[in-house]
Amino acid sequence: MRGAFRTLPLWVLYVFLYLPIVVVVIMSFNASKNPFVWSGFSLKWYPELLQDSEIMAGLRTTLIVAVGCTVISVILGTLLAIALERVLPSRALDAASTAPAVMPDIVLAIGLLAFYTMVSFSLGAVSVMLAHSVFGIAFVAAVVRVRLAGMDNSLEEASRDLGASAARTFRKVTLPGLRPAIIAGALLAFTLSLDEFTVAFFTSSPSDPTLPVVIYSRVRFGVTPQINALATILLLVSFIAVILAQRTSRLSDTLKGGEPA
Amino acid sequence: MTSSAKREARRSTNSDGPLLRALTTIPALAYLLIFMAVPLVLVISYAFLTSGRFGGVRLPVSFESIARLTQPLYRDVLFTSILTAGAATLIAFLLGFPAALVITRLTPKWQTVALIAVVLPFWTNFLIRTYAWIVLLNREGLFNHALANVGLGPIDVLYTRSAVVLGLSYAYIPLMVLPIYASLQRLDPSILEAARNLGAGGWRRFRTVLLPLTMPGIITGALFVFIPSLGNFVIAELLGGGNSQMIGNLIRDQFLKARDWPFGSALSLLVLALLVIIVMAQARASRRTREWSA
Repeated sequence: MRGAFRTLPLWVLYVFLYLPIVVVVIMSFNASKNPFVWSGFSLKWYPELLQDSEIMAGLRTTLIVAVGCTVISVILGTLLAIALERVLPSRALDAASTAPAVMPDIVLAIGLLAFYTMVSFSLGAVSVMLAHSVFGIAFVAAVVRVRLAGMDNSLEEASRDLGASAARTFRKVTLPGLRPAIIAGALLAFTLSLDEFTVAFFTSSPSDPTLPVVIYSRVRFGVTPQINALATILLLVSFIAVILAQRTSRLSDTLKGGEPA
Repeated sequence: MTSSAKREARRSTNSDGPLLRALTTIPALAYLLIFMAVPLVLVISYAFLTSGRFGGVRLPVSFESIARLTQPLYRDVLFTSILTAGAATLIAFLLGFPAALVITRLTPKWQTVALIAVVLPFWTNFLIRTYAWIVLLNREGLFNHALANVGLGPIDVLYTRSAVVLGLSYAYIPLMVLPIYASLQRLDPSILEAARNLGAGGWRRFRTVLLPLTMPGIITGALFVFIPSLGNFVIAELLGGGNSQMIGNLIRDQFLKARDWPFGSALSLLVLALLVIIVMAQARASRRTREWSA
């Protein structure tokens, strides 16, 4: 009992964090069209999503954006992590790699809108993908970096001493060691892009919005059971991605050390 | 690539030379330069230009947009927006600090589980998390049902400023817990023990030891709650019902409705200025903590 009392603040936080989520999930199985009154269990809202062409189009755009963002983020973020930990550790590089995390998303969003307008780059899936990768690179770099810092570099040195080139050493020694972190980083970049709203809102084309932008335009006009079902699916995808990321690469190490002293 | 160039490339790789350095640093840096630094510079410079007729900007250089920030109409919105974000930050701290403290007392394995459980909601769609509060707080929602069961209510929290404060602290609280946890984790437990042995009570230990030593983490957490709260326009719209605007709502309207990009940029500049102030406070606090601990 005393133990339970001591951990009370944590439980209060969890109730605060999860109660709204639980309510949305439960209401997605509600038979009633009224989103606030429970009238029995039903799965009918889920197949209805497939009939909704606007949501399906949004999903398609979002998947294109998220996959592209993941590829860009993994390649550039991994290179950045190697530069930070092995090749050229410096404060300036550190600052550049953490800047996207501190940058207010609305400022980045309007800055990118101004930039795309200035260079006459047409808005669409690609403009959102390029925008999301700014955050993605920073997240992948952060996760891969922690792994690199914890990796003994004597293996890499041994490889070099035995005459392997830097490129071969990277391919045969460093990269396999980094694989779990790269997978975790990829999962995070993907989820981030899948759920990101503010930047997508400003940098997507009105005729080709991402799924969160579609959800926004729906939610403004009220709560519907279909959105509850969609929300439940998206929650599930994000939860699975983050838990997989944790299992492959101990994401928590990044969380635990992820703060400038 | 010619064969001699290939040979050249191989040689420089073998000597771990500038090629490797260039290959690992240039792509990511160039990317962040184009898609982050250039947009940032555009926002800053647009604040000092004149509005174009159909959106966009034109010369001449003008300080009119910056001056408009002090007009009473906007000054009020800015002020209440800062108060709202401040209240959200305070609530996130009051809930987040004790929770972070509890996490540091768990076994390492459970610490991991507890932390993942804290950040998990943050990685989900924030629109959905905001929208969940509409379901909860609505006049017919769960919250008012519970109140009715004990003979109270209904209370109309939804579409008030309180709902906006609640929604903002909810959206960003994981970002408050993480840095505080990291700061607490780094704290030398013998310092607290010494304070206890010298007869300091719980509150006193908190105020004179725990709080100052974890200040860098607290300010970092405050930064991660306060700044995005200022810029968030969705929560004010969905939970505030249009009568409690944040700076983000003004910025959105200037870019997408009023088409006054310079004024929208001036508003963003204000957010960036507040960001810089907090970052400087954080740097100062962590310097002081380091001196203290040394």
